[in-house]
Amino acid sequence: MPQIFPPAMNIISKVTLFGSFVLAAFILWVCLILVRSSYGTGTGVVHVQPVPFSHEHHVGVLGIDCRYCHTSVEYSSFAGLPPTKTCMNCHSQIWVGSNMLEPVRESYRTNRSLRWQRVYSLPGFTYFDHSIHVHKGIGCSTCHGQIDQMPLTFQVPSLLMEWCLECHRNPERKVRPREEVFNMKYKPPANQLELGRKLVKEYDIDDPATITSCSVCHR
Amino acid sequence: MSCRKDLAGQLAAAHERLGGARGKQYWRSLDELAETPAFMALVHNEFPSQASIWPDTLSRRKFLSLMAASLALGGIGGCSVKPAPTVNIVPYVKPPREIEPGEPLFFATSLTHAGSAVGVLVESHMGRPTKIEGNPDHPASRGATDVFGQAAILSLYDPDRSQTVAHLGQTRTWEDAEAALREALARQRDKRGRGLRILSETVVSPTLAAQRDELLAAFPDAHWHVYEPVNRDSMYTASDWAFGRQVDTHYDFTQADVVLALDADFMMSLPGHLRYVDDFLSRRRLRQHGGNAAKATMNRLYAVEPGVSCTGAKADHRLALRAGQIESFARAVATACGIESGGSVIGGSAAGNEKWLEAVAADLQAHRGRSLVLAGDRQPPAVHLLAHAINDRLGNVGKTVHYTDAWDAGRTERTASLKELAEALDRGDVELLVILGGNPVYNAPVDLALTEKMQKVPLRVHFGPYDDETARQCHWHLPEAHFLEAWSDARAYDGTQSIVQPLIEPLYQGRSAHELLTLLAGAEPTPGYETVRRRWRREATTEQAADFEAFWESVLHDGLLADSAQPRRSVTLADNWQRHLGAGKTTAEPAATELELVFEPDPTIYDGSYANNGWLQECPKPLTKLTWDNAAIMSPSTAEQLGLAHGGYAHGGEHGGYHMPVVELRLNSRSVRAPVWIMPGHAERSITVHLGHGRQQAGRVGGADGHTVGFNAYLLRTSEQPWFAPGLELVPTGETYLLAGTQQHHLMENRELVRSATLGEFRDHPDFAAEPERKQREEQTQRGSLAIATLYEGFNYEAPKHKWGMAIDLSACIGCNACVVACQAENNIPVVGKEQVAAGREMHWIRIDRYSTGTAEKPEEFYFQPVPCMHCENAPCEYVCPVEATVHSSEGLNDMVYNRCVGTRFCSNNCPYKVRRFNFFHYADYHTPTLRLQYNPDVTVRSRGVMEKCSYCVQRIRHASINADTEGRPIADGEILTACQAACPATAISFGDINDKASQVHAWKGQPLNYSLLADVNTLPRTTYLAAVRNPNGKLSEE
Repeated sequence: MPQIFPPAMNIISKVTLFGSFVLAAFILWVCLILVRSSYGTGTGVVHVQPVPFSHEHHVGVLGIDCRYCHTSVEYSSFAGLPPTKTCMNCHSQIWVGSNMLEPVRESYRTNRSLRWQRVYSLPGFTYFDHSIHVHKGIGCSTCHGQIDQMPLTFQVPSLLMEWCLECHRNPERKVRPREEVFNMKYKPPANQLELGRKLVKEYDIDDPATITSCSVCHR
Repeated sequence: MSCRKDLAGQLAAAHERLGGARGKQYWRSLDELAETPAFMALVHNEFPSQASIWPDTLSRRKFLSLMAASLALGGIGGCSVKPAPTVNIVPYVKPPREIEPGEPLFFATSLTHAGSAVGVLVESHMGRPTKIEGNPDHPASRGATDVFGQAAILSLYDPDRSQTVAHLGQTRTWEDAEAALREALARQRDKRGRGLRILSETVVSPTLAAQRDELLAAFPDAHWHVYEPVNRDSMYTASDWAFGRQVDTHYDFTQADVVLALDADFMMSLPGHLRYVDDFLSRRRLRQHGGNAAKATMNRLYAVEPGVSCTGAKADHRLALRAGQIESFARAVATACGIESGGSVIGGSAAGNEKWLEAVAADLQAHRGRSLVLAGDRQPPAVHLLAHAINDRLGNVGKTVHYTDAWDAGRTERTASLKELAEALDRGDVELLVILGGNPVYNAPVDLALTEKMQKVPLRVHFGPYDDETARQCHWHLPEAHFLEAWSDARAYDGTQSIVQPLIEPLYQGRSAHELLTLLAGAEPTPGYETVRRRWRREATTEQAADFEAFWESVLHDGLLADSAQPRRSVTLADNWQRHLGAGKTTAEPAATELELVFEPDPTIYDGSYANNGWLQECPKPLTKLTWDNAAIMSPSTAEQLGLAHGGYAHGGEHGGYHMPVVELRLNSRSVRAPVWIMPGHAERSITVHLGHGRQQAGRVGGADGHTVGFNAYLLRTSEQPWFAPGLELVPTGETYLLAGTQQHHLMENRELVRSATLGEFRDHPDFAAEPERKQREEQTQRGSLAIATLYEGFNYEAPKHKWGMAIDLSACIGCNACVVACQAENNIPVVGKEQVAAGREMHWIRIDRYSTGTAEKPEEFYFQPVPCMHCENAPCEYVCPVEATVHSSEGLNDMVYNRCVGTRFCSNNCPYKVRRFNFFHYADYHTPTLRLQYNPDVTVRSRGVMEKCSYCVQRIRHASINADTEGRPIADGEILTACQAACPATAISFGDINDKASQVHAWKGQPLNYSLLADVNTLPRTTYLAAVRNPNGKLSEE
């Protein structure tokens, strides 16, 4: 009976066999990279907003406190986006002729809301609460980055669950004194872990098992 | 013939089984009782329907090809790593004062049902009402709600509500309607309104009553008629007879030791029923006696009724009599109490109940001043009259019974009023008929032939929330605003003035009745708010008027005007009251062989006005557990005599489809076809039908365009015999019909799931409920086996962690379903439809199992057992999930992670309690814009292929714990109310932290009555039950 496969098939079959595993692993790796890339997570992407609002100017230069606009950050799950009225508190006096601000004035005149693009978008089955994080000593910049240096706002972290869990598993790495929560210039001290452990105790932050329970964020 | 044999066989088997059984035997259905081979085979078929039921006729080949294509497409689609498209945030321009984005607000308002108001608090998310809770400060609610209150939110968002003004089916504007009405009214003005008739439902709003009086002053010869199919005519007639005036009767159950309910379902249907349940149960809560069983006391309830009601099911003694026999029974009780009532024995057909009668009469007389006799609205005036007389004789008046003036006295006769209207219509006297709410074309007594007579009216105007049967018979249809969209006020059952305030601008073009009445009165269009406020200002006392704004704010805040109940009035029984018991005014005892037809408002869709509400249609009726249908309900032996029996099961034993025989019900030459339902405990030779079904123009849910839900029992209902009628003929048709019920679902084999004892037994053995487990432990110790053994690593729930748990008091649960619908509203639970319920796929996270004891012909006791997820500490579901979609939280919650679930359903198969629900199809409505508004934003809306189940309202736990944490305090006991607990009128559910020694749930679980469901499988459920205790009369229970 003649041979069906030439001897070269030995090599080909081995390459194919192992190659397919390598290829599968490669594809998987590409997928995982893609999911974590800014293309997948939206990190660093600047959205077109009705008004090119600059946090750099308002926070970094003028030094307006976060809570002047995001009023409900300490009391509600949602930090709150300022109503047009809040903009007009100042802009009925300054920059009244600015073209850039025309949509704001128009909104105020016509009583029609500005439609902002959401920058930090969580999936519908994830329930994040600002108030509890602020009260437990998680600073604004921990998640929102150096927003005081952002001329246009973009998302800093990946917002993947692994990113959330990083902190929920080790809150002592990120927690800071409550009075520093809204401080954009805050830098974690050298003894962060030591301070963090102390604050975790002081602020009664639940143990990692509790705050990594699924229903803490998913209902 | 074979049917008859089947049933006879079933019953014989049941007898045999009971004969051999030791102790009390609980059963859920006739088939379970009889253990018929066919039934058992179906029960043991583990997957009777899941693999075989398609929503349409899709062939296997077609399915496979579609599946392959969708798999390929799904694979490609799933490759996208792009996050969801960006969404908008739309802030306010000028923020309203109270709203804090993300936090719900609660507003007090009132909901009108069955002619009286119940105070509610409505949850609003950024201006969008999502959930209704009871108002704890309102006397008619005390924080509780019923199914109608819970489901009202869905009606607000009902896409089938009428959206525009219509003239002969053509869309018009309010301006057109106003012009047409003005013209017609101008003609009437010249005739002093001679040709003007208005037909409304019960006027509950004092402002509307004032507007009515103004309108009638402007049109002195006009008439205002009032009609509602479920009315209290009998009660008011009797009150006229007894006291010479129209009074409302109120009961104080807190003072009553012995209660006799004569066909009076005070737990479910009397105005004020939520309050009555609470009062009644306040005398039965053994849990409040702590560990001291010897001192435990309970009131005692006797119920006499034809069908089985929730009140009857909770009664310590229940006697099934035909509706027509209840009068003679009442006479016999009266006679036994020493009242000359013209009848001393129960009719021949009720013979054999003398002992019962004697015991009741003796018990009542032994508790003079502390007893109570109630007559149901379905019973004729004579029964009410006798109840008044017995209460009077027993010295109960002023103690357990109180009278107040009917607040809208003189306008309480419904059927008579409609009759007058029908005569006027027939004479052609009516030129302008305005129908203000209600649906008389559908629900008026059939003998009045209202629809034909209406045709003689040249201009007919209908004002109502739906473009319904009546609207189709009118020239103009004007849309009515929902109560959450309009201002009004209302009177509670005791007369308490309650405010109705809107939470949202009308979604459609609806207006309130106040606005329409202003128009009819010829005044300039005034917003309802102005009209209501103006009356409140007018009626304000000088003190209130001094700072009216503050007063008005306080009324809006509380939802009611405190202490505004009708004052009590002392009335005396007229000397000659007995003459009304004479001939002609009483019901004749039905002949023994005659069949009797009894009408009953549907327990979930009421008189038909809730027909388009999917939550209510799918809510299982408390006793029959039927959904999406009504039926001719009869007792097993009546069915046997008529040669009818349970038909075959549609989809397997655990699942709820039944093919039932269809019969033709003939009464006074009118007939309807109805499927049969066999209900143990129903009176013999009596057949109950629920009103409210068979709607022709209800909407896509309740019936429209030729598709109907159930049959229309109004077609047999006459003005002479509105509630029950002898002389029914029943003709089998040989056809069958599919009924969808939930009683057989998730059958729990032969275990001690419900535990109960009498008060005497409880006093002697307070820990009877824990007995089986104690015995088991003893046996295990003797055998030397470990009581609790598990291979899995345990969890640590020690304080300061929370250990959430629930306890459910079976003595308290009245089976009213408020929890079921409350859960549905809170947790975005979809409606699945009749076909799916028949396949056992209903989605309710909490179900109420009904159990009976005794024989099929004479069940002795009924029990209700609500079953939510048990949140087992050793949860069987968790171990089998391949993707960790159901996992344990550190606080002991059994979490369900929807986005991990791949739909293997292993968890459901491994759940011994069968509380997991699977989205076999895309049940949730993502697309109807209004329905999307209803969803609770704190709970994920589940998609197809995902398992779900009770979460202990984890969103409420998180909300409370975050609030407590940010305020730096512990969570207070009672701060977290699960949706079922909050709605429960019976306070049967307690939820809280078991680690908190001061918590209510800790106290309940410490009761001797506390037991776990299926404790022997060592799941350590967090939800436990307090065994039911009854207080039967020793003289009756000993045989």
